Amino acid sequence: VLVVAFLLVPLGMAFWISTQRYESLGSPVAIGAANFLGLARDAVFWESLLNTVVFTVATVPTGMALGLGIATLLNSVLPARAFFRSVVFLPLVIAGVSVGMLGAWIFDQYDGFVNNVLGALGITGPSWQSEGAWAMVAIVLVTLWIRVGFDMIVYLAALQGIDPQLTEAAQLDGAGAWRRFTSVVWPQLRPATFFLVVMNLIYSFQVFDTVFAMTTGGPDNATTMVVTYAYRVGFDEHGPGQLGYAAAVGVVIFAISMLFTVFLWRRNAAEEQS
Amino acid sequence: VTASSVSGSLAVPAAAAAARGQTDATDRSRVGRPAGRGRGWWWVRVVVAVVIAVVMLFPFYWMLQTAFSTRDSLYAPGLHLIPTQLTLENFTVPFERYPVGRWFRNSLLIAVVTTAITLVVNLFAGYAFAKFRFPGRNVLFLVLLSTMMIPVQAIMVPQFRLVADLGLYGNVWAVILPTSASAFGIFLARQFFLAIPEELLEAARIDGAGRWRTFVSVVLPLSKPLLATLTLLSFMNVWNDFAWPLIVFFGNEQAFTLPIGLVTDFRGQYSADYGKIMALSLVMVAPMLVLFLAFQRYFVQGLARSGLR
Repeated sequence: VLVVAFLLVPLGMAFWISTQRYESLGSPVAIGAANFLGLARDAVFWESLLNTVVFTVATVPTGMALGLGIATLLNSVLPARAFFRSVVFLPLVIAGVSVGMLGAWIFDQYDGFVNNVLGALGITGPSWQSEGAWAMVAIVLVTLWIRVGFDMIVYLAALQGIDPQLTEAAQLDGAGAWRRFTSVVWPQLRPATFFLVVMNLIYSFQVFDTVFAMTTGGPDNATTMVVTYAYRVGFDEHGPGQLGYAAAVGVVIFAISMLFTVFLWRRNAAEEQS
Repeated sequence: VTASSVSGSLAVPAAAAAARGQTDATDRSRVGRPAGRGRGWWWVRVVVAVVIAVVMLFPFYWMLQTAFSTRDSLYAPGLHLIPTQLTLENFTVPFERYPVGRWFRNSLLIAVVTTAITLVVNLFAGYAFAKFRFPGRNVLFLVLLSTMMIPVQAIMVPQFRLVADLGLYGNVWAVILPTSASAFGIFLARQFFLAIPEELLEAARIDGAGRWRTFVSVVLPLSKPLLATLTLLSFMNVWNDFAWPLIVFFGNEQAFTLPIGLVTDFRGQYSADYGKIMALSLVMVAPMLVLFLAFQRYFVQGLARSGLR
């Protein structure tokens, strides 16, 4: 019942509101598809969409690859494995906003730790705050720091579920380490990989707390994501929020998420059958 | 996508997850140092692991040292890896100037109540999806799963209106109710209950136990890891939640939760007082660290299990 009341009903309402001109100080007026037409011409919206894609492409594969690498390492002969596992996982317990501000501080272009180290080495550090591309790099790095623990845990569990006899048999057949990984281990990790792709795509696509706290979308919208944009047009402190317009952005976000999910599910089902 | 193909792919690895409990026990045998050729690699692996651990832990250290440093020493030139001027003012000043204690209580209240509601809902719903047959079960479950894909920002406008219409704006319930609707928890609970053998429930039924009795005296005692995982996950999510409370509590300083207060009052447009921000972040993360370290065994297992669907 809660799910219906607070997720499905609002979803239906979102479609309706997105067709209205609705400001937080007035009542809704029907304007048909004008909000969506406005979006199509809105340069900032397209920029935020592009930023989200860049962010997703930069975080999902790298995070998963790092997670798998660390999981493989922790699945091998190693002392204090439980300790290392906890350490890699630890960043997940920090609030996204704290992570964002910690990131902003470590990557501060004047007094941050990273640029101080670079300065000590005689290198002038990049302008993490005033150059858009570097701001994005900083956000990606900070995101990887939080995200890698989750990828690692899921992959580690999957690795431990693999029957060691399979890899031993491959070794006896003369397969090298890399070959053993690609033809024995990787196929067995498919369910875990599928799960992680879905979860990571959702997380990356919906990234909000960290970005909001770290850059608020700046400089010049260089790190504005679709979700932070939706928040800004709907609820920003300056002027009345354009609730109808924000709802339209919300509908677009939902549609893209849905498309992704259906596509991934289809592919997964097809691969399962083959 | 058909419902059966999804539930099929979800069911199989749950059994594998149940079997994994044993692998932890064999951990110890693999720790020993190998002799001969494996030894060089062993050292490489240890060094890599230590480097990774240092990189992962460093930001925590930085948070700690920033929180206990004076403002001047933070902006002094040089690396200052080790704090030069220690102080507690980053902790005391915010508590004096802002209703931080109040925020802490708000956060705690919301997190506890939401977690309690979520726990009950997830357990019942998960059990129903796993063990009862009713018309439309698979379709309903699929719909539920797909709600995980909806970001708050997609439905925040109507949700905002709904909350306002119910007269809850600025009230703790405005956060508690929508946040309690968590599909992920129901999914986790269902996966767990699926692994409980049907024969066990059958046996209870033969002994004359009703559905309720079976659930309370047979299923629940088996579900301690699930309870621990759900409690922790929910508590952590609510405690750290930001986007939705920011909308509901905007401009209402007395009602803020810790994350909202942190961002709204301590991060200025052009300057930020990082000592105080990190001090408050520490206050915020401390309970989570304690909880995590106490329950991490279940927690890690629970998350991992959900990944094996």
